[in-house]
Amino acid sequence: MEKFQKITGVAAPMPLVNIDTDMIIPKVFLKTIKRSGLGANLFDEMRFDRQGNEIPDFVLNKPQYRDAEILVAGDNFGCGSSREHAPWAIRDFGIKCVISTSFADIFFNNCFKNGILPIVMPQEVVDTLMADAEKGSNARMTINLEAQEVTTSDGQVFEFEVDPFRKHCLLEGLDDIGLTLAHEASIDMFEEAAAQSRPWV
Amino acid sequence: MTAPKTLYDKIWDAHVAHEGDDGTCLLYIDRHLVHEVTSPQAFEGLRLAGRKVRAPEKTIAVPDHNVPTTLDRVSGVIANEESRIQVEALDKNAKDFGVHYYPVSDVRQGIVHIVGPEQGWTLPGMTVVCGDSHTATHGAFGALAHGIGTSEVEHVLATQTLIQRKGKNMKVEITGKLKPGVTAKDITLAVIGETGTGGGTGYVIEYCGEAIRDLSMEGRMTVCNMAIEGGARAGLIAPDETTFAYVKGRPHAPKGAQYEAALAWWKTLYTDEGAHFDKVVTLKGEDIQPVVTWGTSPEDVLPISAVVPAPESFEGGKVEAVKRAIAYMGLEVGQKLTDIKIDTVFIGSCTNGRIEDLRAAAAILKGKKVKDGMRAMVVPGSGLVRAQAEEEGLAQIFTDAGFEWRLAGCSMCLAMNPDQLAEGERCASTSNRNFEGRQGYKGRTHLVSPAMAAAAALTGHLTDVREMM
Repeated sequence: MEKFQKITGVAAPMPLVNIDTDMIIPKVFLKTIKRSGLGANLFDEMRFDRQGNEIPDFVLNKPQYRDAEILVAGDNFGCGSSREHAPWAIRDFGIKCVISTSFADIFFNNCFKNGILPIVMPQEVVDTLMADAEKGSNARMTINLEAQEVTTSDGQVFEFEVDPFRKHCLLEGLDDIGLTLAHEASIDMFEEAAAQSRPWV
Repeated sequence: MTAPKTLYDKIWDAHVAHEGDDGTCLLYIDRHLVHEVTSPQAFEGLRLAGRKVRAPEKTIAVPDHNVPTTLDRVSGVIANEESRIQVEALDKNAKDFGVHYYPVSDVRQGIVHIVGPEQGWTLPGMTVVCGDSHTATHGAFGALAHGIGTSEVEHVLATQTLIQRKGKNMKVEITGKLKPGVTAKDITLAVIGETGTGGGTGYVIEYCGEAIRDLSMEGRMTVCNMAIEGGARAGLIAPDETTFAYVKGRPHAPKGAQYEAALAWWKTLYTDEGAHFDKVVTLKGEDIQPVVTWGTSPEDVLPISAVVPAPESFEGGKVEAVKRAIAYMGLEVGQKLTDIKIDTVFIGSCTNGRIEDLRAAAAILKGKKVKDGMRAMVVPGSGLVRAQAEEEGLAQIFTDAGFEWRLAGCSMCLAMNPDQLAEGERCASTSNRNFEGRQGYKGRTHLVSPAMAAAAALTGHLTDVREMM
């Protein structure tokens, strides 16, 4: 996995609450057997009409947000299905950080596996960041994972919390499976003990 | 004396294979269910790294999302090329990696969350995962079961563990008895109406109370299935005699002395007196009415007797979301829910595709005909549910009433297959999500119980099933 670097970039505002994974990547795009290339269909039904033309009002179609690297979103972002195609599409589009008041658990988890930082902030902070994002392409926000800080275009700094293990993995671009296999002896021991205590499994 | 534990605490503690200094755990996984949509990239990852499936005997695969449910599928070819490639990839991966497999041609094939319990793969006290959010279904057995992403599918295939931090405990108690016409689907939707779709985020829910105890295993699976719609990755119901009776004799359930040993442990799987819950929600069973969703989030739920609410009656970001939902759904504020006309009825899915669901719908339909012009279909959750329904004469009731009688699969629940809504088409559906576009581009979904779906099929509009009983 690519290492998560400090980002200074445009943040796109999406204040809608309960943005679900069917909105992020509609099911017709789940038929791929690859991980790549889904950015073209990110938010497909909101972004394009049936003929494939861009819907000009949609935030990521506006000139100032086409290269957004950060998304500031309404509450309960990523609810719905477990499809990892959602973070794949977000990352493939170029977005590396999503900020909201809350995230659905599975989506939140999936982000970290794909080099995306999901940041949970209180409502008043999200409101401030949303207002900053509304300013457009001249207002560049900075995400510093190392320092756990978000800095707005006018220099306001907000700290955020992140699980230390996940932070470490993102910063170093670590592969989970490799890390887990370092504990393979523990898994072996567990399996042997379980074969005695719960042989029916 | 040890501190009292919840059911979740007990299952969790029995599966921690390793705990790091910071509390990050490796949770051992007893059963890994796999379907064709979220697994190809995971198997590919294993190939690229030269890894094997660590426990193929604990891994069960079945294609369900993409498979057509029309009777002509027995000819063996899936017309949509991308769907066919995905199903063929699973055929190949299952064979190459040696996992248990129920191909499309197998009578036992069906929706993964229906096949698992039916075949006795799902047992009390287990950890069960699948690359599908409705894995919560298996919690009905008192198994800790939740959805995972594809990277985690690969992780479980390679290591038989998941990197996890423990969630919080939430209790949802449904006291007393349900009134006639009220079902497990109404319970689970009513709970989401109470907590919101984010209310369970970070929690594992334990459902309890008399109304839950009174449910069959099928009903309990319906309740746990939609824990995820309330934001909780997992829902649990403590196993009891109903559970044990369901499990006993299933093909992959333990037999003989092993069954007795298993049973002795299963009987310890309950929340201890005085155990701590971080959040408690209580509903009275007798207050729950048959419900329907009117909007585009499962929390947009109201009793069938209600009207479409005004956006202004909500707060914060929800005001805009409700405006958008009412426009998308093509409804008027103040419109009676029973005045909403329906084009299509879909009975099926991992939420309501089991035999009891088909019985409930058939009881309403028996001897009657669907409204003229109504498109109505029943999609059994598995080949075995289909066979049983045929044996019980339910299939005949459905076809006599004017329903299409389909083969097993996910079908119109998520429209990854040919079963889809057209633009603007309105469906009373027994599935689990009413998101925009979920059942087809610009399709409109109203989530209901099987009995309510049957009632709507007869009248052509959303209907209070109690008037037909």
